[in-house]
Amino acid sequence: MTRQGRGDDGGRERAMVPRAEFTSYYGRPILKPSVWRDDVAYYFFLGGLSAGCSLLGAGADRTGRPALRRGTRLAALGSLAAGGYFLVHDLGRPERFHHMLRVAKPTSPMSVGTWILAAYGPPVGLAAISELLPDGVRRSALGRLVDAVARPAGLAAAGLAPAVASYTAVLLSQTAVPAWHEAHEELPFVFTASAAASAGGLGMIVAPVAEAAPARRLAMFGAIVELAASRRLESRLGLVGEVFTTGEPHRELSRASTLTAAGVLGSMLLGRRSRAVAVLSGAALLAGGLYERLGLLHAGIESAKDPKYTVVPQRARLERARLWGKRQS
Amino acid sequence: MTLEHGQPGQPGQPGQHSRHRQPRQPRQPRQHSLSGRLDDPAGDAGHVDHPPRVGFFTDTSVCIGCKACEVACKEWNLLPDDGFDLLGMSYDNTGSLGANTWRHVAFVEQDAPVERRPVDLGMPAFELPGARTGAEGRTEFRWLMASDVCKHCTHAGCLDVCPTGALFRTEFGTVVVQQDICNGCGYCVSACPYGVIDRREDDGRAWKCTMCYDRLHDGLEPACAKACPTDSIQFGVLDELRERAQARVEQLHEAGVAEARLYGEDPDDGVGGDGAFFLLLDEPEVYGLPPDPVVPTRDLPRMWRYAGAAALALLGAGVSVFVEGFVEGLVEGRRR
Repeated sequence: MTRQGRGDDGGRERAMVPRAEFTSYYGRPILKPSVWRDDVAYYFFLGGLSAGCSLLGAGADRTGRPALRRGTRLAALGSLAAGGYFLVHDLGRPERFHHMLRVAKPTSPMSVGTWILAAYGPPVGLAAISELLPDGVRRSALGRLVDAVARPAGLAAAGLAPAVASYTAVLLSQTAVPAWHEAHEELPFVFTASAAASAGGLGMIVAPVAEAAPARRLAMFGAIVELAASRRLESRLGLVGEVFTTGEPHRELSRASTLTAAGVLGSMLLGRRSRAVAVLSGAALLAGGLYERLGLLHAGIESAKDPKYTVVPQRARLERARLWGKRQS
Repeated sequence: MTLEHGQPGQPGQPGQHSRHRQPRQPRQPRQHSLSGRLDDPAGDAGHVDHPPRVGFFTDTSVCIGCKACEVACKEWNLLPDDGFDLLGMSYDNTGSLGANTWRHVAFVEQDAPVERRPVDLGMPAFELPGARTGAEGRTEFRWLMASDVCKHCTHAGCLDVCPTGALFRTEFGTVVVQQDICNGCGYCVSACPYGVIDRREDDGRAWKCTMCYDRLHDGLEPACAKACPTDSIQFGVLDELRERAQARVEQLHEAGVAEARLYGEDPDDGVGGDGAFFLLLDEPEVYGLPPDPVVPTRDLPRMWRYAGAAALALLGAGVSVFVEGFVEGLVEGRRR
């Protein structure tokens, strides 16, 4: 919540003298700060985790890794259900969540996401249920049917998983919030990479080290891309990039980077020898993914609160257009 | 209404230019519904045989800061009060537009030197105080007043992102929330480049100016325009308002008010022009308005392309980690 000391805060009456850098109306924000609570960050994390787990689950199924398959399939369903809870809980009118299903709207990433989730949920559920069948039911006709569809269902879930992990980045970017909108090049990579790192971490927790090699590789891929995309994000955005490198969002994003780096190092060095290290590394990767989403959410909210991030880039854009116009004529 | 967008009154072609375009329709040159110039937003939204687009022209040069618009809006639309606050912002104790404030009068006290400052010769004056009210009588101090309102954008960010269809384009070309549909997801709040729409705390739904949709149906002008004693708020057919505004700004320039400028009237701006536009006497940000607002939807195709690339990368990673030796091969290859 540290604000730049401009002196023209709304608390004191003061004549508005045009400043060299930018002017504002009593320092008040132009944009409305997002009404989204941390629930949304939890959902982003859990949705990404579910997507990554579906990928691992399908691969584990194809390559004969039963423990990895079982753990990731169950986690895919569990995190999706928990994410769905947070998604509904964040609504102003939770009892009207089904109004999302009234329309399919290509211009609204939230509507697109609703339908992606609607398609993704059932196969995830089928794949997970087959892991939970008691032996008695499994031998019945119904049980055999569920077992038979589990593999194609898992593959379908894995096919949809990348969409689940990436649409949320467009959802954040298609706003007037400076930090989210300007970050639209990197956010999808941060989100999918973070999903991969989190799911890899979870795979390292649920599967013995002998089965967890794909999880370790996925975690490594994810962590490297996540860290690289985050660095690019912070350096590319110029003035707006400040919100990622200052205050509470910065603390959360630093924590995310540290945890992710520690998790991936642990898994690469000792992850294939020690189950304990694998579990700790996996937990660090999961925590890193959660902090990443919290930091990104809060950075956007901060960027909407300060009129500087709205006015200065827009002024610069107008100035560029003016100079361009001069050159044309 | 130009030919590119067809005659809205023509039957048999509903939704021809709607967002959900038929795949085999010939593509229109440079015009698409996500951003840019769009001459008939109501027709674009699928309204057939609809009335002309209406709007507000708020001429802040004649605003006297009486706040009759704020009061009339609250009264007519039965908006809850927002508590009694003294904000220390000149006479503005409202603060900003919000869920319960659909007209907001800004007060700006300026000590800025004006272009043609009168030279004081110290001579006794014989005219009545206040007799000189034109541009020639102005001193260094000036007080700007402006009644802000929802812009009813040609390309409305709030409308584009609404996942329930609660926000819709009316036959008048305005943008309205259906309160029986809104589930309070809050997406519109972050999508508005002007910071207009907001969620009502105790109610959970998003609210904003409807341009008195109910009154428009009965052929009445919106309550704020009706109440404005100086005609600072003018309601009418948007095309006529744009002509009137152009004439007014030229008149002011001739009278020596060089700083008069229109805001939001340009159909080629980042939101395709506002349904509610303004005549301002200073830069927009002085009034708390963004200098160059752009509808976030403009970059939507680009954003999905990046997301698609990231999604494919994730899929590729998800497959390759199960190929024994693939990742090791990559690492080895790097080492060599």
